[in-house]
Amino acid sequence: MQLIINGKARDFPTTFSVAELLNQLGLTCGRVVVELNRNILAADHHSTTPLKNGDSLELIQFVGGG
Amino acid sequence: MDQFTIAGRTFNSRLMVGTGKFSSNQAMVAAMEHSGCEIVTVALRRVDIDNPQDSLLSHIDRSRYLLLPNTSGARTAEEAVRLARLARAAGCDPWVKLEVTPDPYYLLPDPIETLKAAEILVKDGFVVLPYMPADPVLAKHLEEVGVATVMPLGAPIGTNRGLRTRDLIAIIIEQAQVPVVVDAGLGAPSHAAEAMELGADAVLINTALADTADPAAMGRAFKKGVEAGRLAYLAGLGPQRSQAEASSPLTGFLRD
Repeated sequence: MQLIINGKARDFPTTFSVAELLNQLGLTCGRVVVELNRNILAADHHSTTPLKNGDSLELIQFVGGG
Repeated sequence: MDQFTIAGRTFNSRLMVGTGKFSSNQAMVAAMEHSGCEIVTVALRRVDIDNPQDSLLSHIDRSRYLLLPNTSGARTAEEAVRLARLARAAGCDPWVKLEVTPDPYYLLPDPIETLKAAEILVKDGFVVLPYMPADPVLAKHLEEVGVATVMPLGAPIGTNRGLRTRDLIAIIIEQAQVPVVVDAGLGAPSHAAEAMELGADAVLINTALADTADPAAMGRAFKKGVEAGRLAYLAGLGPQRSQAEASSPLTGFLRD
């Protein structure tokens, strides 16, 4: 399936959940905020939300700022 | 120093610190500790998928510092609201430093979009601390929609130029019903002291701490500047005069 992650298309051989995607990308759950197709996805829904071809995700984190 | 309250929450320090642009996380933490601050601002950005960075939050003791996410990067009210909601979803208290800065050169806050976003976020249950131009009329409009503070700028973000908007900030302070936090442009402890002498409730600094060889020492210096200014304000500054008024007695001179 193809996902748009932070504006870039990426291909994956299989389908999986949001939690599994974060795991594959090496992003610790809980530190990253996920927006799926412009809707915020609460952390407790990461493992129960399947991803499908064409989904668009924003993966956001805190950085230094004033 | 006397405490102050924002939205029912009490703070001992009147100095807020931004976490941007430090040379290292260690330098950032040292500046925070030495400044005595209790509120630190953070930003939200996309994760770099190909090069994930160590989480900023692992360096910030959340039992000691209130995390105040900003909406930096937002050019419209809609973008700011989206960022605020993302920060809340990350498990932060629903506090937000609202910033809407469409102009990339001076990063001046957009008064119209800021007011729009403030209204939406207050209705959505956020404690809103808006970064704003030093405009007393706008400050009143923001108060009317229910913001928790107003945060007028001293000078454009990151310029270290001090309290260039002094006369307008004085009017905002005179009229405000919510705490006034001077944000942006304060580059020296004397600038922070000046804002506090004028009657500001608090100040927020970032660049001045990040842009020095010794952020810890500068943190201490700003702490003292803020405290000095606050104490002077509470004591009451003496009046200015155009002519000299002798401090020593004008009698008993050793002259014929």
